[in-house]
Amino acid sequence: MFLIKYIKEVFGAVKSLAIGMRRTLSYFVRPKEIITQQYPDERPVIAERFRGEVVLMHDENNEHACTGCTACELACPNGTIKIVTKFDTTPEGKKKKALDTFVYRLEMCTMCNLCVEACPTSAIKMDTAYEHSVFDRNKLTKKLNNEGSKIRSGVE
Amino acid sequence: MWSLNEIVKSTDLKLNELFKPGMVFFIEAIIVALLAISLFAILGLVLVLMERKVSSFMQVRLGPNRVGPKGMFQTVADTIKLIVKEGMTPDNADRFLFHLAPFLVMIVAMILLAPLPFANGFQIWDINIGVLFVSAVSSVSVIGILMAGWSSNNKYSLLGAMRSGAQIVSYELSAGFSILAIVILSGSLTFSDIIQSQANGWWLFKGHIPALIAFVIFIIAATAETNRAPFDMAEAESELTAGFHTEYSGMKFALFFLAEYVNVFIVCAIGATLFLGGWMPLHFGDNTTFNHVMDYIPGIVWFFGKTFFLIFIMMWFRWTFPRLRIDQLLNLEWKYLLPISLINLLLVTVVAISGWHF
Amino acid sequence: MYSTTEIVKQSTAEGEMVINIGPQHPATHGVLHFVITLNGETIKKVEPHLGYIHRSIEKMCESLSYRQFVYVTSRMDYLSSHINNHACCLVTEQALQIELPARALVIRVLMDELTRLASHMLWWASMAMDIGALTPFFHAFREREMITDIFEDTCGTRLTMNYMVPGGVLMDLHPDFQKKVHAFINQFKTKLPEYDELVTDNIIFQNRTKGIGYLSRESAISYGCTGPVARASGVSCDVRKHFPYAIYDKLDFKEIIDTGCDSWARYKVRMQEMRQSLHIIEQLIDNIPEGDFQAKTKAVLKPPKGEFYSKVETARGELGVYIVSEGATTPYRIKFRSPGFSNLSALEHMAVGGKIGDFVAVMGSIDLVIPDIDR
Repeated sequence: MFLIKYIKEVFGAVKSLAIGMRRTLSYFVRPKEIITQQYPDERPVIAERFRGEVVLMHDENNEHACTGCTACELACPNGTIKIVTKFDTTPEGKKKKALDTFVYRLEMCTMCNLCVEACPTSAIKMDTAYEHSVFDRNKLTKKLNNEGSKIRSGVE
Repeated sequence: MWSLNEIVKSTDLKLNELFKPGMVFFIEAIIVALLAISLFAILGLVLVLMERKVSSFMQVRLGPNRVGPKGMFQTVADTIKLIVKEGMTPDNADRFLFHLAPFLVMIVAMILLAPLPFANGFQIWDINIGVLFVSAVSSVSVIGILMAGWSSNNKYSLLGAMRSGAQIVSYELSAGFSILAIVILSGSLTFSDIIQSQANGWWLFKGHIPALIAFVIFIIAATAETNRAPFDMAEAESELTAGFHTEYSGMKFALFFLAEYVNVFIVCAIGATLFLGGWMPLHFGDNTTFNHVMDYIPGIVWFFGKTFFLIFIMMWFRWTFPRLRIDQLLNLEWKYLLPISLINLLLVTVVAISGWHF
Repeated sequence: MYSTTEIVKQSTAEGEMVINIGPQHPATHGVLHFVITLNGETIKKVEPHLGYIHRSIEKMCESLSYRQFVYVTSRMDYLSSHINNHACCLVTEQALQIELPARALVIRVLMDELTRLASHMLWWASMAMDIGALTPFFHAFREREMITDIFEDTCGTRLTMNYMVPGGVLMDLHPDFQKKVHAFINQFKTKLPEYDELVTDNIIFQNRTKGIGYLSRESAISYGCTGPVARASGVSCDVRKHFPYAIYDKLDFKEIIDTGCDSWARYKVRMQEMRQSLHIIEQLIDNIPEGDFQAKTKAVLKPPKGEFYSKVETARGELGVYIVSEGATTPYRIKFRSPGFSNLSALEHMAVGGKIGDFVAVMGSIDLVIPDIDR
């Protein structure tokens, strides 16, 4: 009886190993199962909601919707955004707060989307760019508003 | 006809015409050494690439494919990297042994090449105790591993080396017994005689089930003796980081790495010679047309084909199975492989005495 | 000053040796440091050293508002970030008594279960790798990739989502969500038997895990183990069953309990949990109610004065979030009861007496995520 148990044990073990080997061989002989994505040659499909960096949207007249209210700066958990404001004079002669520089520090951003949620005028959004590597970390501190851009009329 | 045997003989004749006998021996020794070293270099490059490709295909990925066409020069680039790397020696290491160990492991692998018949008459040394020589010399490599583990002054290395010692000493037994099975069947210790005895069929087929069992045990023991997964106790990446060669870097690490693959090649070549007929073509009984076609394929192709088939099987093991624990490894040897191979040896003797093999 | 060798000589008995596993080691999957006393290969003592990845998340949370601190918790147990976020949102919602729309609840449960699946897949892969089989790692990542793609579509990120916000979820589901989840379910159902062929049925794997890392029911309770580790010791502790949150009380799923108490039992529990998670997803995926995905909340959340506690079942066990509110915009004190810490404390109990090989098998079976332990 002991011998039969022993032989059964050996055969059971060999069978379980053979099943595993059949599985790896089946992958070995089917190279079409390979899922490697050869990244720089094959570009991945990026989901449209992918959060890669914060951008300030400008339209064709180089106008944005940022009023400089600093809601995004307050919403940001780790001080990624710094809004520098200035005072514009409106045609009526009143002084009005406006955006001077939208400083965005990509190296500190965790892409949590809280600034986009907080923005009352939907001026900023998350962009899908994902290749952010640079040789100098100073380049990661970005100014998001374009040179000479101004606030779109009608945005309060 | 083109054959390695002819080339060897004509070279020998030419040299004998030109030089004195002592000089001829010297020149021939140099030629053989050069051939052996270049074979090692090529084997290292080919086998490492093969392992990486086999593993990547089993793991549904592409593997190296950037350097050269289909990544063929990847291992060349790796070798250059290893050569130019700094070889570091840890503090308090036993410097002499630390530097000696990789060379010892490598030299053992090189000595093992001597009795291997690559093709008909193409053999460095057709020693009359070939099989005994191989099993004796192959046990020396454990000294190199123990040396490396001890001299590194690292606990991981020490544990790995001790595991390796226990493992190789145990598995020598069942490897020896499975080789003995073929020695009994063929009645000779000489490699060339063993191959000649397989002219009408390989021992794997001629020897019935006992030979098959011996073959399976040989493959398992060979995997264990070369310290490869699932028996890579000496390295055990997830337990001992890199085991006995944790502290080695640069070219000394490369020598361990190369020795591992050369050892794999050698045990597979021995397996192919003993069980699969070495350079002997595949013959089926009296089917003369088939046998004739098979004879046209040169012996060296047969030899390397069979060897690489066995190497593939060992790689297949490696990339499928989890690692055993050290006590389970010894259990497997002493409780399963050794009793089975002892009984198997008895069966083989009965088969050989009664002449039941073909 | 003593040299290292002298210290080792002093602290160990005859024939014992001290070995460091970590902080950088292939089996610790992170910066965890174990000082192990060995006698030959047998483990005599295990001493975990923590703190290598301590980022003081609890202190950070005290200076962040109730909306902001949710994102930090994704970085605790990064493999179940959705579930961590869920716990933080639950405690804020409990404090402010926000009623969630039905759609938000269903989305939350779906995301939780997908996260649990992804986490268990990574555990399966890394446990097989610890034990020495390297191929399963890539096979598991193939399926896990489908889940991260689903997350990327809907949430915008792949690992640290910050998708759940107090009052619901950040964005509505992506239009392709149901299609992709169905594709994943189909693929995963064909691949799960392959997982079993490669690892579960393998005799070497079974021998490596059976009977090692014994943790009795009593010790599991006294060490405060939760999750699959405790359930494999026969403790019924699934928060989803006992303290149902979201819509878990309306769902049909089983709490997997095994009484094997060893690494093999923990392995089996997790494998069965993957099937249960799949079952939950199948129930919900075609029945997502229409409606809002977020309740109307105030822009600035100010919970009333008091103490609030909520707990969820992450892939590793029970995650508790305890908040002391002073009525301000930031919590006065926040404390996370992380499952990894308690489970790690039982490691010494499980590993002593085994071999080094057993140690990695036990460590693989309790599925440690180091940032969850250290925070």
